[in-house]
Amino acid sequence: MRVNSSETDLALAAAGGDTAAFSTLLERCYDSMFGLSFRLTGSRADAEDLTQDVCAALPAKLGQFNGNARFTTWLYRVVVNAAHDRRRRIATQTRAATGWGDWEIARRAENAETAAQVDWLTQAMGALSDDLRDTMALVLDDVTHRDAATILGVSEGTISWRVSEAKKHLRALRQDEDQL
Amino acid sequence: MNDDLDDLKSALHAATPAPDAAKKAAHLALARKNFADHQGSRDEARLMSDRPSRGFLTGVTKMLNALTSRGGLTATTALVAVAFVAFVPMNGTSILPPWSDAKQEQRVRSTVEMDDQVARAPEPELLAEQALRKSAPLTLAAPAPSSAVVGGIAGMRDMQVQEEPSTESYANADQNPLHVTVESPVSTFSIDVDTASYAIVRNSLMNGQLPPSDAVRVEEMVNYFPYAYPEPTGDLPFQPTVSVSQTPWNPDTQLVHIAVQGEMPELDVRPPLNLVFLIDTSGSMNQPNKLPLLKQSFRLMLSQLRPEDQVAIVTYAGSAGQVLEPTAASDRATILAALDQLGAGGSTAGQAGLQQAYAVAAKMAEDGDVSRVILATDGDFNVGLSDPEALTDYIAEQRESGTYLSVLGFGRGNLDDTTMQALAQNGNGQASYIDTLSEAQKVLVDQLTGALFPIADDVKIQVEFNPATVAEYRLIGYETRALERTDFNNDAVDAGDIGAGIAATALYEITPVGSPAQLSDPLRYQTTEADGTSDELGFLRLRYKAPGADESQLIETAITRDLPEQADTGFAMAIAGFGQLLRGDDYLGDWNYDDAIALADASKGDDPYGYRAEAIRLMRLAQSLSN
Repeated sequence: MRVNSSETDLALAAAGGDTAAFSTLLERCYDSMFGLSFRLTGSRADAEDLTQDVCAALPAKLGQFNGNARFTTWLYRVVVNAAHDRRRRIATQTRAATGWGDWEIARRAENAETAAQVDWLTQAMGALSDDLRDTMALVLDDVTHRDAATILGVSEGTISWRVSEAKKHLRALRQDEDQL
Repeated sequence: MNDDLDDLKSALHAATPAPDAAKKAAHLALARKNFADHQGSRDEARLMSDRPSRGFLTGVTKMLNALTSRGGLTATTALVAVAFVAFVPMNGTSILPPWSDAKQEQRVRSTVEMDDQVARAPEPELLAEQALRKSAPLTLAAPAPSSAVVGGIAGMRDMQVQEEPSTESYANADQNPLHVTVESPVSTFSIDVDTASYAIVRNSLMNGQLPPSDAVRVEEMVNYFPYAYPEPTGDLPFQPTVSVSQTPWNPDTQLVHIAVQGEMPELDVRPPLNLVFLIDTSGSMNQPNKLPLLKQSFRLMLSQLRPEDQVAIVTYAGSAGQVLEPTAASDRATILAALDQLGAGGSTAGQAGLQQAYAVAAKMAEDGDVSRVILATDGDFNVGLSDPEALTDYIAEQRESGTYLSVLGFGRGNLDDTTMQALAQNGNGQASYIDTLSEAQKVLVDQLTGALFPIADDVKIQVEFNPATVAEYRLIGYETRALERTDFNNDAVDAGDIGAGIAATALYEITPVGSPAQLSDPLRYQTTEADGTSDELGFLRLRYKAPGADESQLIETAITRDLPEQADTGFAMAIAGFGQLLRGDDYLGDWNYDDAIALADASKGDDPYGYRAEAIRLMRLAQSLSN
């Protein structure tokens, strides 16, 4: 029965205190949660910390889920909010610049082989502002513009505008590369 | 243009790693535990105090936030761009590295799954509205759609994952109570030469806040300072001296001042050191006052080592790893290079790190060497053995191997003082908190010998007060170091260690019999008259073990009224008073910061390093902040 239950049903059962439903739900969603965390933060370590934050807080949050939205959409929204909180916490204590710089250096030292890939990505994503990066993390994950608008709490038009802004950035990036 | 997006998309999917299985299991376990805990206590998630108020300020806050990160990104983009040059292939046409087929396939599959979910999506307009209404806490009106656009992300901060901005925890206990001598004449405690508490207090005050009262351990504040106590003479590794003087904050009581001064052995003949730096490189260490300060601190320390000393570095983040094989201290270049390469990232597998560090230390140990693990952390142990009890047991086992453990705390906001204390107390070491480079200099350069070379292990103090002369007494500080009366003679019970040249101070406030300050009334149905005729105030017993020895030695001395006045007690009293003011203890009466400052100023003495002048500045700060 569990296999066939939709995530939303499971979530509602879990919100009502069903431990087994909660376990199944979390196991099912963990990977996509982690994936989104990675795309939002740009580093494995950060993604792991973020996923842990969400896992820790999810039981308390679940009470706010009432089944009106799809669970995945709701969960993505929780993850995005948690990512914003983290970002804000870090930004208040250190300058954002040192953070990204150090992550970059540490990651490159750690894994020289995939460095080229990851660098291009960091280059592309790092050139975007936080808002644009969040939007792209969702849209490139095949979340529709409408759902992304729900998750980020902005209008659909804003999402479309942000996507086109991101495209502009990529175009500029491509031009820079062509000149190299 | 869509090509760019597609490139980015496939790059993103390819770069997304599969979650680590162990991490996943740990996270799921954590979630299940919280789920179980949560049943039965269904309160709303608590809001953070720094939640911005709604209205036009929200927009301003958001704008400022955006400015900060944009500036940061501009700066780092330059940095990334420099790195990027190194990776552009020579033919320059393809900007993407070749992707593996397996990854492609995986991406396609996940795309299909997502499409499936999209197909099941309910009517989006409805969905958006409901989600908005739901995310706003009950206390707030649901934002109108237009303001939701303007307020944007800021409006969604109401959903907090972390309940509090600070996750610090402190080891402390209620202040020591006043004892009636007739009922419990014996007081037993372990010596404590940690200084972490003073540095934490200083850091709080410098940030414009009074420290949390649990962060204040009076004995650690007093022991932070060097004192001009008499140097040991004769065979003993340290010299206990006792004096009795007037209590500054109460004219009707007296202070018994017990000072223990460790000897300074000949530095030229010190045994070689084996140091294992165990460095926390978890994500939380990625702040200017953590990992970078740590690197600078160790660099300072390195200059104090001898060529025959050995250094190894073990780091722990998501997993533990040795980044530097045991290396002679003379090979500075290798050690510095290894230090420089450390970067922060991942969660904190503290236990695995400790195990590996102890294993490395055991491998390095040779006869006559002193082995020590130096743990540098912000106190975050979130993977593995994470509760202080279990860690304590593990460290206590390792202590038997003769390896000492020092704990250096860095940074605020995440500081797990409880765990740090548990580690240091049980690992035969001391805990220090390093907030500035000058503190690093004090701990790792000026007092390096004391920090690294123990001269006496398991130092316990027991004082028996004479009910004929002392009606009541209380020990100031040492709340976390209390021992049972029977622990004193039990050599199996662990206690604090004293390092070379280190001084430790303990203060008792005593109420003489017949003093108007006495708080307890005589009992009606029981004889409380002491029948002794001695006019001694009490008797001091002190036990210690020579480093590495199993059997303890006993030192005994009587506390009498006519002990000679001891130099430098005034400043210790002023700091003890300061600590009690910060804790909000209630035995001080009208005595306030003015009196503490006056007393400290009058007894400042020589103060070659300026530590005492700094303490007086902190007192003034605390005075202003408490008004």
